[in-house]
Amino acid sequence: MIDFEHHPVVQQTGMMISQMAESMMRPAAREVDEHEHTDPTAYINFMWDVMKSGAGGAAATQFTGGPKKKKDEDPNAPKKPGFGNVLGAVSIEMMSWGDAGIYLATPVAGLGGAAVAAAGTDEQKERFLKRFQEGDKPIWGAMAITEPGCGSDSAAITTTATKDGDFYVLNGHKIFVTSGKRAIADSNGFVVVWATVDKNVGRAGIKSFVVEAGTPGMILLGVEKKHGIRASDTAQIVFENCRVPKENLLGSAEVDLNKGFKGVMATFDATRPAVAASAIGIGRAALEFIQAEFAKQGIKPRYGTNPHKLTARERDLMDMEANLKAAWLLTLKAAWMSDNKKHNNLEASICKAKAGLAVTQITQKAVELMGPLGYSREILLEKWMRDAKINDIFEGTQQINMLIIARRVLGYSRDQLK
Amino acid sequence: MYSFEPTEEQQSIIDTVRDFAKTEMRPKSMEADEKSDLPAGFLQKSWELGLAVAGIPEAYGGSGIERSAVTGALLAEELGYGDVAMGIATLAPALVAYPVVDYGTEEQKTKYLPLFTGSGFPKATAAVLEPTWDFDPTELTTIATKKDGGYVLSGKKCLVPLGSTAELFLIYARDGGPGYENVRAFFVPRSAAGLTVSEKEKNMGVKELDTVGLTLNDVKVPKEAVLGGDKGVNFERIMSYSRVALSSLAIGVSRAAMDHSITYAKERYAFGEPIGQRQAVAFMIADMALEIDAMRVMAWEAAWHLDKGETATKETFLMKMYSDKNALKVTDNAVQVMGGHGYIRENPVEGWLRHARGFTTFDGMALV
Repeated sequence: MIDFEHHPVVQQTGMMISQMAESMMRPAAREVDEHEHTDPTAYINFMWDVMKSGAGGAAATQFTGGPKKKKDEDPNAPKKPGFGNVLGAVSIEMMSWGDAGIYLATPVAGLGGAAVAAAGTDEQKERFLKRFQEGDKPIWGAMAITEPGCGSDSAAITTTATKDGDFYVLNGHKIFVTSGKRAIADSNGFVVVWATVDKNVGRAGIKSFVVEAGTPGMILLGVEKKHGIRASDTAQIVFENCRVPKENLLGSAEVDLNKGFKGVMATFDATRPAVAASAIGIGRAALEFIQAEFAKQGIKPRYGTNPHKLTARERDLMDMEANLKAAWLLTLKAAWMSDNKKHNNLEASICKAKAGLAVTQITQKAVELMGPLGYSREILLEKWMRDAKINDIFEGTQQINMLIIARRVLGYSRDQLK
Repeated sequence: MYSFEPTEEQQSIIDTVRDFAKTEMRPKSMEADEKSDLPAGFLQKSWELGLAVAGIPEAYGGSGIERSAVTGALLAEELGYGDVAMGIATLAPALVAYPVVDYGTEEQKTKYLPLFTGSGFPKATAAVLEPTWDFDPTELTTIATKKDGGYVLSGKKCLVPLGSTAELFLIYARDGGPGYENVRAFFVPRSAAGLTVSEKEKNMGVKELDTVGLTLNDVKVPKEAVLGGDKGVNFERIMSYSRVALSSLAIGVSRAAMDHSITYAKERYAFGEPIGQRQAVAFMIADMALEIDAMRVMAWEAAWHLDKGETATKETFLMKMYSDKNALKVTDNAVQVMGGHGYIRENPVEGWLRHARGFTTFDGMALV
C-alpha cells in the first residue's frame, strides 16, 4: 500500500542521528572547512564506537543494491531489515545535514565495503569487513577508480594487474579517492582498486582488488585542495609494482566477455541513492536556513493563493521546497526498491540526476537570497553551496546519469547512444 | 512503512482505466479535438466505468468504496494518458457529488446524491474559476450576499465543465472577506432567474470538453440550497483534492508525450541515424522520464496527506506548482522532438501542449 510514513526504527534512528549532527557535526563544521585536512577527531572517535556497536555491520552490507542471490547470504550476518536501504538514505541525509564533509570522514567501509559486499566471496566479506566492527582505532575503506586520464569512461582505465605466481602486480595512478588517505595511511583499512587484467578485452578485463594499508608499492601522493567537503580527504595514490595476493581479487578471476564488470557496476544502483541522500541533507540545511530567515522577517509563504501574486522570494522558496521534496521522494523510492529486491538501475540514476542538480540550484539560490549575509563565511550557507556541488559530479555525473536514463528509456545500448 | 506499491485493488483500477483509455479515449482524441466535441456516447461509457464517484456511501445508493485521494491520483493519471479533456469529463460528476458527501446536510445528501447513483450520466457540474487575469481561489469575485434567510449571488464564472447540458450547478462564491474560510457553495438550477449560461467557450486546448461561462445577476439561493447549511464547506480542502486530480491528469498527458517521443525518436532518421541516438534529443527524453517520476511521487505523497485527513494545502500547492511547470516542459519538448511534424495537427503532441498550458489555470475543474 502506498505509504509515506517511516518504520519506527527508521524514525528513531533518524532522530538520534539528527541530534548527533546538531551537537557534534555543526559545531565542528566551519573549523574543519577553514583548516582543510584537519580531522574532526571527536566525531570520528564517537562514530567508531557507534559503528562497532552493530551499526557498522549494517552500514557495511546495506549498500549491496538490487536482487541478491540466496547463496551469497551469510547465515551469521545480522538479519537485514526490510528497510535497510531506506534507513541508510535517512541516516546519510541526516548526517549530511550536519556536515557533508564530516559525514564522508565517518570511519566506515564506505565504497570499498560496498564493492566487497557486491563482488566478494563470503570468505572475502568476512576477511575484509570484520575489521569495521572491532578494535580501538577507527578504520576506513575506500574505492579507487578514476585516473588522471579517465573518469566517466571508467572502462578505459589503464591501471594494470599482471598475474605473477600467487600475486597480481598492480601498476597505475588513481585520483579522487575519497577517504584514500584515511584508508591506507591513517588506519588499517584498504582501498579497492579497479585494474585491468587484459587491456585487449576492454571492460571484461576489469577486476577489483583489495589492497590493504601497508602493502608495499602503494604510495600516497597527497590529498587535494577542494571547493567543498574539505573535511573529506580526496587522495592520489600511485601503484608501482604493488604485489597483491591473488585472494584479494574480488569474486572470480575469470574473464567473462559476456558479463564484463556488471557486478561491480551494480554497486552504483545502491550508492547513487546514497549520494543523492547526502545531497538532499545539504539542500535541506540551506532550505531550513532560508525558511527560518523568512520567519524572522515575518514573511509567511502564501501556499494556496494565486501563484502570480507571490513575491519573487516566496516563489523562489517554494521552488526550492518542491524540488528538494521531489528529489528526496525519488531517492526514497530508489532505496525502497533495493529493499524490496527490485531492479532499480533506472531509478538510481533518476534520483541521483535529480538530487545533484536540484541541490546545486537550491544551495546557490540560498546564498543569493541572503545577499551580503549569505556571502559571508561567518555563517555556514556559503559552505553548503560549496559542499553541494560535488554531488552532481561524483558517483556518476549528472550527464552520465541522464545518459543511463536515456539508454534505459529508449532501449539503446552503449554503442547506440554514446 | 514507506512503500511505493499500489494495492491489488488499485492496480485493478489502473488496469481498467488504462484499457478504457486505450479503446475509448486515445483513438478518438484528435478527431474530438478537431470537432470540439466529445465522441458520441462517451459520457455514458465513462459513467459505466463506475469510478468517478465510487466513494458515495452505500447508505445513499453508492458503491461505498473507501475515499482515497491516492486511488484518485492513480485513476486520473490513466485518464490523462488517454485524453485530458475526456478525463475531466469523466471526473466531472465528482465535482458535485463529493462535496455533497463530505459537507452536505442529511437533507442535501438525500436530495442530491440519487442524481449520482443512477444509470445515466448526471447532468450536474461545479463552477469555481472566474474570467479575470488574477483569479485567486482565496479572493473570488463571485459574491454571495445574505438575504431573506438565504443568499443572493452575483458575478461571473468560466471554464465550467459540461455546462451546456448541466441542469444543476454547484457555484462557489465568497461570503465575506478574502480567505478560503469565507467561500461557500450554492446549488443553482439551470432555470434560476438571473442565471445566464453562455455558449460553449472557445478554449486553447481541452476543446472537446464543453465548457461554459455563467453570469449571475442577483440569483436567489434559498437556505436549503446552501451546501452544508450554516457550517458550509471546507473549500480549502476541496481545492486540495482538485489539485491532486489536475496534477494526475498532467502526469498522464506527460507520459503520453514521453511515450510518443520515444517511438518517434527511434524511428526518425537524421544524419544517418535515429535522432534518439543523439544526446540533445535523448536527454530531452531522459528528462521527461525523470520529471514524470518526480511529479508522480509528489502527487502520491500529497494525496496521502489528504487520505490522512489533513487539509494538505502546502503539499498539494507545491505538488501542483511542480507538475504545472513540468507537464508544460515535457509536452513542449515532445513537440520539439518531432520538429516540424510536431507542429502539425496530424500528430497529437501539439494538442497535448495545448492541454498542458491550461493546468496553471484549471483550479477546481476536476476532483478526486
